[in-house]
Amino acid sequence: MSEHDVRLTVNGARQRGRVESRTNLADFLREDLGLTGTHLACEHGVCGACTVLVDGRAVRACLMLAVQADGTEVTTVEGIAAPDGTLSPVQQAFMECHGLQCGFCTPGFVVTVTAFLEANPDPTEAEIREGIAGNLCRCTGYQGIVEAVKLAATRLREGVDA
Amino acid sequence: MSDHGIGAGRYVGQAVQRKEDPRLLTGHGRYVDDVTVPRMLHAAFVRSDLAAATIRSIDVSEALALDGVVAVLTGHDLNGIAGSMQPSMNVENSPFPCAPLRPLAVTDVRFVGDPVALVVAESRAVAEDAAELVFVDYEPTPAVATIEAALADGAPLVHPEFGTNVPVDFPMPADPEVEALFASAAHVVEHRIVQHRYNPVPMEPRGVIAGYDNVTGELDVWLSTQGPHEARLTFSRLTGVPEQHVRVRMGDVGGGFGQKFFTGHDEQVVVLAAKHLGRAIKWIEDRRENLLAATHSRSDLADVALALDADGRILAAKFDHVEDAGAFPVGGLGGVGPFVSMLFPGPYRIPKIWWRSRIVCTNTCGRGAYRGPWMFETTAREEILDVAARAVGIDPREIRRINVVADDDQPYNTATGMMFERVTPATTLEHATQVIDYDGFRATQAAAFAEGRLLGIGIGLYIEPTSSPAGSLGVEAAKVRLEPGGSVTVFLGTAAHGQSIETTMAQVVAEHLGVPYEQVAVIQGDTDRTPFGGGTGGSRTAVIAGNATRLAAQRVREKVVEVAAHLLEAAPEDLEVADGRVAVRGTPSRAVTLAEVATAVHNVGGVAVDVPRVLEATGRYETQGMTWSNACHVCTVEVDRVTGQVTIGRYVVSEDCGRMINPMVVEGQVQGGVAQGVGGVLYEHFVYDDDGNPLTTTFLDYLLPTAVEVPRVEIDHVVTDGGNPSGVKGMGEGGAIGSVPAVFNAVADALSLVGATVLDQPLTPLRVVEALEAAGA
Repeated sequence: MSEHDVRLTVNGARQRGRVESRTNLADFLREDLGLTGTHLACEHGVCGACTVLVDGRAVRACLMLAVQADGTEVTTVEGIAAPDGTLSPVQQAFMECHGLQCGFCTPGFVVTVTAFLEANPDPTEAEIREGIAGNLCRCTGYQGIVEAVKLAATRLREGVDA
Repeated sequence: MSDHGIGAGRYVGQAVQRKEDPRLLTGHGRYVDDVTVPRMLHAAFVRSDLAAATIRSIDVSEALALDGVVAVLTGHDLNGIAGSMQPSMNVENSPFPCAPLRPLAVTDVRFVGDPVALVVAESRAVAEDAAELVFVDYEPTPAVATIEAALADGAPLVHPEFGTNVPVDFPMPADPEVEALFASAAHVVEHRIVQHRYNPVPMEPRGVIAGYDNVTGELDVWLSTQGPHEARLTFSRLTGVPEQHVRVRMGDVGGGFGQKFFTGHDEQVVVLAAKHLGRAIKWIEDRRENLLAATHSRSDLADVALALDADGRILAAKFDHVEDAGAFPVGGLGGVGPFVSMLFPGPYRIPKIWWRSRIVCTNTCGRGAYRGPWMFETTAREEILDVAARAVGIDPREIRRINVVADDDQPYNTATGMMFERVTPATTLEHATQVIDYDGFRATQAAAFAEGRLLGIGIGLYIEPTSSPAGSLGVEAAKVRLEPGGSVTVFLGTAAHGQSIETTMAQVVAEHLGVPYEQVAVIQGDTDRTPFGGGTGGSRTAVIAGNATRLAAQRVREKVVEVAAHLLEAAPEDLEVADGRVAVRGTPSRAVTLAEVATAVHNVGGVAVDVPRVLEATGRYETQGMTWSNACHVCTVEVDRVTGQVTIGRYVVSEDCGRMINPMVVEGQVQGGVAQGVGGVLYEHFVYDDDGNPLTTTFLDYLLPTAVEVPRVEIDHVVTDGGNPSGVKGMGEGGAIGSVPAVFNAVADALSLVGATVLDQPLTPLRVVEALEAAGA
């Protein structure tokens, strides 16, 4: 198996590694960089648990090879909260609205919603439901998640207005 | 109407925010695949791709030759050293036979996914590469993939050891009284009701890391589980390592829904391999394996009949039930089957019943627990009730009103020997139908039908058995300790995997010990640190662990008061504990903090010798029989006459789970359960072809509902004291029970407008269109 050098920025820190051609981005983040917040729940691109931001766009890390991420800027769930641990508005809203139970799908939702609200700061409920339909949750019935997205959207808009 | 406030305290009864959330939201949770241990190897299974076959030979030479492969283990290596693989709980006393379990198939395979070999390698990728280089030569043999095929005369036997495909058969003798009631009844309805196979599908698949030290003799296991203590017992029996040398730990667990309640077959194989090799081995199941070979659920059928009088009053019932156990059920044969029949009467007065319960084996993945494992009783009963209502010519709500067990009927003994008390099915039926404006909907439905649209409404009414008194599942212990600095630690044998136990049990301790919620931490999931417990499942934690925790907290409080009385030179009965301080009632300035109490106890000369020297207490709670909760689900749907698509309109649940510890958590459990029922009725179906080949082993074929399909759930709370010290009732499973008939009956109601009928799930667009075409609509 041929190996390749990759250099990328992850959560603001420059990283380098040597990976097999077939190593996907999720395995690279989890095993080579120890960033185990990115979860693998289907490994075939349906469930969205492994979603990360690559150059600002939400991407399924199980469907992207690590070599494809060479030269990019990646944000994982570990990079969403403030360095002192203060939750982002999206994370805070998930907590207040009971948008998580077992927490396994949660990193994917947090990253997806973070990107979604940047693209659509004032979504309707139908738009929210469409916007998160690429992420599967087996615990919550999505109700707390939808409420969390609404609350986060409101707070982010107020934050911008203020 | 609802009273959210009954029994609400400063912490108990409040929607406090979860202690679990900050770590889970930031990627700092620790699931089994996040754990790494030194010199850890990785495993991959070689699994049968035939449902039934004789194994001629297994060639592991090419796999062994691959760089990085440490071992390729077959049944010849492991089967001879394996102890019992039966689930630990109550197994000695089980009246039911156990499937002929073996770690790895040697002579023959019995379902697609049956493990044949285990490859152990330096990396998971190499292990998977090598697994593809193991060549198994099979001679295919006939398989039975369905209940009907397994029951057929001359059917091939799944387990020749049993000599039958029906290892469990509980036939009641024919009852002349029941027959006479059916013969003279004004109305008789009978149908075969089929529940298709759908599965728990936790987002985190199964996983284990097992390490064995040949020198110390210690077996150290990390496991994705719902019950580490049960797993420890199982691993001890499997490997022969004494229990005190087996440590099972779990970190965060990404859902289970019953699948991880009993220790799975494959996890046991990995533990055995670690013992055999003397190395640590990690195995993380992938999604295909989880769908193929973890556990399957909900595959049932029953011939159901009701005899009713002219007004729709039920006179008698017959329930002839068959449960599909697959090849190797996880948790044993027979644990659920007869219980389904005993619960069939549900919240209705059914004076006489004849029932039969059979369990069949098929060449499919073994059955396992799934959120309300017995729930087919509710599906079958609620569906046949709607059929009966249409036969009698009354509304489905009316037939329920006529037959429901009222408050005045309680305690109520069912014809199957269940005793119901403190349940409110009549109240929840009225509340749920009021909230959804049942009468208004009937008018809307008629107006829409006049325009050619098909709307429907469906009801699912049920009583949920929680906190079963079955063996070790009926008991729980909790240990509460006041730390030297004044904080409080709670040690529990529970195993949360989404249920918010760190939060709710901290609320209980904060309330009953008198400390701030923020100062309480809950430890679970480590057999070396926590008291023995039956694990989290069966809707048992709030009642059994909750009451044990309450008792332990009260006992620590008593000790604290005794010490404080000495320090404050006051009578214990004059003291009150709140906010982490013990104060003389009416004189708040005369007070000591819990930290001062702890300091006094832990230092020389701090307190008199006759006061407690340990600020720690254990509470044990043994449930006094089943705790029954109940709920009514009502939903509305629209059926597209052209595409057959079902869209849910409103969804209402009125539920009674007694006093709530945390209403936010209760509502989250209801909403999540409903989503699983909606998925089951409309989308999820694990399909085998007639030869036992699985056809739905990815999320592209096995369809989980997304946020677009799952409705908003409106919840009404009825609060009836649960009859235990905390007043609580279990409730974790109910959402997944009532939702199935509610959605099904709503679709059937819509189709009945044009004379179309559906009897089977899932209600896919194709099935709905076929039903409409069959009715000429």
